[in-house]
Amino acid sequence: MTEQGMIGIENLRVAFGQGADSVVAVDGVSLSVRDGESFGLVGESGSGKSTVLRAVSGLNHDWSGRVAVAGVEQSRRRAKGFFKTCQMVFQDPYGSLHPRHPVDRILAEPIAIHGLGDTDGRIDRVLLEVGLGPSFRFRYPHQLSGGQRQRVAIARALVLEPRLLLLDEPTSALDVSVQAEILNLLRRLRAERGLTLVLVSHNLAVVANLCDRLAVMNRGRIVEEMTVEDLRRGEAAQPYTRQLLRASQGYDRAAAESFRDFA
Amino acid sequence: MSDSPLLEVSNLRVSFPTRQGVTEAVRGVSFTVGREKLGIVGESGSGKSMTGRSVLRLVPAPGVVGADRLAFRGEDLLGASDKRLRAIRGRRIAMVMQDPKFSLNPVMTVGRQIAEAYRVHSDAGPAEARRRALEMLEAVRIRDPERVYGRYPHEVSGGMGQRIMIAMMLIPEPELLIADEPTSALDVTVQMQVLAILDDLCGRRGMGMIFISHDLNLVASFCDRILIMYAGRVVESCRASELRNATHPYTRGLLDSLPRLDDPRAELPVLTRDPAWLTEGGQ
Amino acid sequence: MNGRAMNGGSTWRAWLSTDTPQSRMQARLGRAWSGWLAFRRNRLAMAGLLIVLGLVVVAALAPLLAPYHPYEQDLANRLQPPGALHWLGTDSFGRDILSRLIHGARLTLMIVALVAATAPVVGLLIGTVAGYLGGWVDAVLMRITDIFLAFPKLILALAFVAALGPGIENAVIAIAITSWPPYARIARAETLTIRRADFISAARLQGASSARIILGHIVPLCVASLIVRVTLDMAGVILTAAGLGFLGLGAQPPLPEWGAMIAAGRQNVLEQWWVAAMPGLAIFVVSLGFNLLGDGLRDVLDPKGD
Repeated sequence: MTEQGMIGIENLRVAFGQGADSVVAVDGVSLSVRDGESFGLVGESGSGKSTVLRAVSGLNHDWSGRVAVAGVEQSRRRAKGFFKTCQMVFQDPYGSLHPRHPVDRILAEPIAIHGLGDTDGRIDRVLLEVGLGPSFRFRYPHQLSGGQRQRVAIARALVLEPRLLLLDEPTSALDVSVQAEILNLLRRLRAERGLTLVLVSHNLAVVANLCDRLAVMNRGRIVEEMTVEDLRRGEAAQPYTRQLLRASQGYDRAAAESFRDFA
Repeated sequence: MSDSPLLEVSNLRVSFPTRQGVTEAVRGVSFTVGREKLGIVGESGSGKSMTGRSVLRLVPAPGVVGADRLAFRGEDLLGASDKRLRAIRGRRIAMVMQDPKFSLNPVMTVGRQIAEAYRVHSDAGPAEARRRALEMLEAVRIRDPERVYGRYPHEVSGGMGQRIMIAMMLIPEPELLIADEPTSALDVTVQMQVLAILDDLCGRRGMGMIFISHDLNLVASFCDRILIMYAGRVVESCRASELRNATHPYTRGLLDSLPRLDDPRAELPVLTRDPAWLTEGGQ
Repeated sequence: MNGRAMNGGSTWRAWLSTDTPQSRMQARLGRAWSGWLAFRRNRLAMAGLLIVLGLVVVAALAPLLAPYHPYEQDLANRLQPPGALHWLGTDSFGRDILSRLIHGARLTLMIVALVAATAPVVGLLIGTVAGYLGGWVDAVLMRITDIFLAFPKLILALAFVAALGPGIENAVIAIAITSWPPYARIARAETLTIRRADFISAARLQGASSARIILGHIVPLCVASLIVRVTLDMAGVILTAAGLGFLGLGAQPPLPEWGAMIAAGRQNVLEQWWVAAMPGLAIFVVSLGFNLLGDGLRDVLDPKGD
C-alpha cells in the first residue's frame, strides 16, 4: 500500500445538478499524494479544488472515477473506520464549530463515536498539542478568537489520530499574524505526527510555505503539477499558472491589462 | 498631493456603549486625503472599517462618532444636517463595500440601478441616463454592456457584481471614493482588473480614494500613502513605496508574518503584541 | 485571576461570568447566567415572566387563595355585581367568580403544560428528521404535515373531540394533534439552513450517525426558536381550549374552565357583563403574559440574534 501512496485519484468526475442543468465541477482529475507528503491544490473560485477535497473526504457522494485513500479503494459511502484515517479542517472557523457546544464536547464527540476511551487524557493532550492550554477546555466558541477556534478545529481533526489531514483554505479567514501561527502549527504537527497534508488554497504563498508539491486547477481540470521549488523560481510551464503567479505578486497596472480568461 | 485636501479628519473617535462598558473602536485618528490613493491597513478589529464608515456617518447604531474636525472640502460633516449629508453621500463621496450582493437591489435590473443612481444626482432624462449607464458599464470592462444592463443581480457573477457596484458608485462622478475591502471576495486576476479600473478613475478624474484592506502587499502596490491601524489608532503612516522600511514593530511584525514566494524560510515569525502599542500616541 | 472578591455576591457573579470556566457545569451555568442578564434587561419580558409565574403560583395555591369553594352554589346571591363579598361578582348559580377563576388557573396551566410537552416534541422530531435526511423521508413526512395543516385548527380539533368524546383530556389531545405541524415546518426550515453548515460536515467526517447528528447537533439549535414559538403559541392554545370549552366540547360543567365560564355567561352578557368579562380578562392577561415572555425569550435564545 505504500507504493500506491496516501491518495490515489484517477479520472475523478463530479457533476452537480441533473440533466441539462448539470454543471461539471471536476472533469477527469487524476493525481496521487505520497505518504507523508504535503500537497497543495491551487486555483481560483470555481476551479473545483474544494470539490476534489470533498470527494476524497467522503462529504460528496456524487462522483465517479477511482479514489483510493491509504491504499484502500473508496466507495461513495465511507465506513466509520475511514474517518480514523482521514480528517478535514474547514475554511471558516466561525462556521465549523457548533455554536452551542463547549470545546470539551466538540473534542469528546469523536472519541465517543469511535469508542476510544480515556476521554479526559486525550482531550488534554490534544489541546496542549495545538497550543491551547486546559483552560480552554470548557469555553464556548463565542469565547474564542478566530485563531483559537481554528486551533480547536485542528484539535478535533487530530483527536482521532488520522494519517491524512485535508485542509480547505484553513487560514484564509484569519488575520495574517494568526495565519502565520496556524501555518507554523500545521508544519510542526506534520513533522511530529508524520501526517500527510492536502492543502486547498487560492494563495500561492501559503501553499509554498506549507507544501512540497502542488497542482494548479482551472475549470475542473488540472492545469499543471509542479514542485514548490519550481513555483518559487517562477518556472511554470502553463500560461494560466504564470498569470496566477503574476496576479499574486501585488498590483501591477500592466499585468492587469494583460490578463485573459483561460477556458 | 495637491492644493487643499479633500478630506480632513482630526482626532476621530468611534465608541460603542455595551453592557460591559464603552468599547472604543476608533481612538483619536487624524489624517487628510487629497487627490490620491490613501490605504488604511489593519487586522480585524483595528477600527479601519469604522474609520471609513464614520466619514459618511454610516456607523451602525448604537455607535457614537466624535471628532475635533471632520470636513470634506472645508465643509463640516459631523454637524451637517441629514439632508445635506444625503446630498453629499453618493454624489460627492461614494462608498464601495466588500459584498456586492448586499448592496444591490435584488428586484431591479443592474442597468436600471446604475441609471437611477445617475438620475438622482443629475437632471438627465431616462434616455440620457441609460446612455451614461451603458458607458459606465463599458468603463468597468464589462464586455457586453447591453446584455448585462437587463440582468438582475443574482444573474451575474461575484466579480461582475463588484464591477457593477463600482460603476453605480462612480457614475455620479464622486470626488472621493471610500472603498472598504472592495476586492477581497474576488479572485486575484479579477481583483487586479477591478483595481486597474479604480486606478484609472483616480488618475483620469483626479478622484481621491480611501482604500481599506487587510492585505499589506496589495495596499503597498496599489496606494500612494498608507496608514497602519492597530486597536483603533494609527501606529504608523508612510509612503506606500517605503512600507518595506517601516519602523513600527507592529508593522514590521505584520510584514514578517506574511509567507512569501521569494523567501523559502519555513517557520514564520509570530507577532508578539506589546501592550505599550495600545497607549502610545500614534500621531 | 484576581482571587480577592468584595463579598459573596460578586464572587458568584465572577464565577458565573468568567471566560475560563473550570468544569462543564460552570460553563453551562455561566451561559444560562448571561442569558438571564440579557433577558432581565427587557422590561416587557420580565412583566410576561411575572404573569406566567403568577399563574403558576395561583394554580399551586388555589385552595388557599380562593375565598369560596368553586362549586359552592348560593342561589340567593346569583348574578351579584362585583362587591366587597364577591370581588368579581357571582355567576348564574351564585358561585364566586374569583374562586372559580383561581381554580380555573389549574386547568389552564394543565392544558398549557400538556400541549407544550407533546406537540413541539413531536413536531421537532418530525421536522428535523425530514429536513436532515431529505429525499423520500422528507416527502412522506412533509405531506403528512401538509394534510394536517390543510384543515383549520379549531375545526380539526372539533372533529377529534367529537370522535373522542367531550372532556378536558380529549380537548388537550385534540389540541396537541392539531398543533404539531407548524412546529415540524419550523424545525424543518431551520434544519435546512443548518444541515449545510461546516460543523455538521465536521460531525459527519467524524463518523457520527444521522441520529447522533440530529439529536446532538441539530435539535439543540432548533430548540431555541421552537421554545419561542411555543411560548407565543400558548396564548392560542389557551384560546382554543377556551373555544372548545365555550362550545361545550372541552371541560364539562361544573369544572371552572375559563372558556366554559364565558360560554355560561353569554346569556347575561348585556345585563351582567362581569360573568363573561372576568374569565375573558383572565384569558387576556395570561395570553399577554405568554406573548411578552415569548418575545423576550426570542431576544435571548434565537440564534439569529447572536
